[in-house]
Amino acid sequence: MPYPESLVAPMRAEMTSMGAVELRTVADVDAAVGSAAGTTLVFVNSVCGCAAGNARPAVKMALGHGVLPDRTVTVFAGQDLDAVARARSYFGEYQPSSPSMALLRDGEVVHFVHRHQIEGRSPQAIATDLTKAFDTYCSRPVSA
Amino acid sequence: MSGHVFHPGHHDLHGITVVLETNTGLWVGRFDSVTPKGVLLHDAGCYEDGVTEGTREEYLRKTLKFGVRATVKNKLIPEQDVREIRQLAEVTA
Repeated sequence: MPYPESLVAPMRAEMTSMGAVELRTVADVDAAVGSAAGTTLVFVNSVCGCAAGNARPAVKMALGHGVLPDRTVTVFAGQDLDAVARARSYFGEYQPSSPSMALLRDGEVVHFVHRHQIEGRSPQAIATDLTKAFDTYCSRPVSA
Repeated sequence: MSGHVFHPGHHDLHGITVVLETNTGLWVGRFDSVTPKGVLLHDAGCYEDGVTEGTREEYLRKTLKFGVRATVKNKLIPEQDVREIRQLAEVTA
């Protein structure tokens, strides 16, 4: 059962304020992820304080890097059920967990951060791993 | 940062994805608590010796790469069956 919107609204806002586009419907996901060329970071948001509480700041730090995905989008696990299921349908063999992050290039997952790779780690450590993936798979330089 | 920071009074492993070894296999799932009936995991998958294809190490290697292939929402494992519990993130397969 979804949590009250008043509880999750700040968690949604934390992502959109850093520039992530929130996808709340299947159509949103298909439009943003389904046919997207280039690189897309999909952040699966969660109310879980243990892990998501560090994951969201980690994404924010990583988005300050000099090389970024072409777009960053987010879906909210446990809240926007259809949108999350649709997003996960693009993740291939990678199993559902939340929070988690998928970096796709031309529709294929090239890097995945599972919940177990977030738990107990600092935002800085998670962000460092993420920026390494950006350096490896992304090519969009950020102008100063 | 352990789970009890966000859930005061809970076990240190609360919310952490763990590998729980028994004499007959492995369970991998999100640790909830130790109850009078055993260790409670959520969204858990299992490897059964002699039943699941491949070795325990291969199962863990695949789980590390692709995540936990959960087969049950909740799983209680009697404490007497538990040989070891460790964080999945600490596994080097």
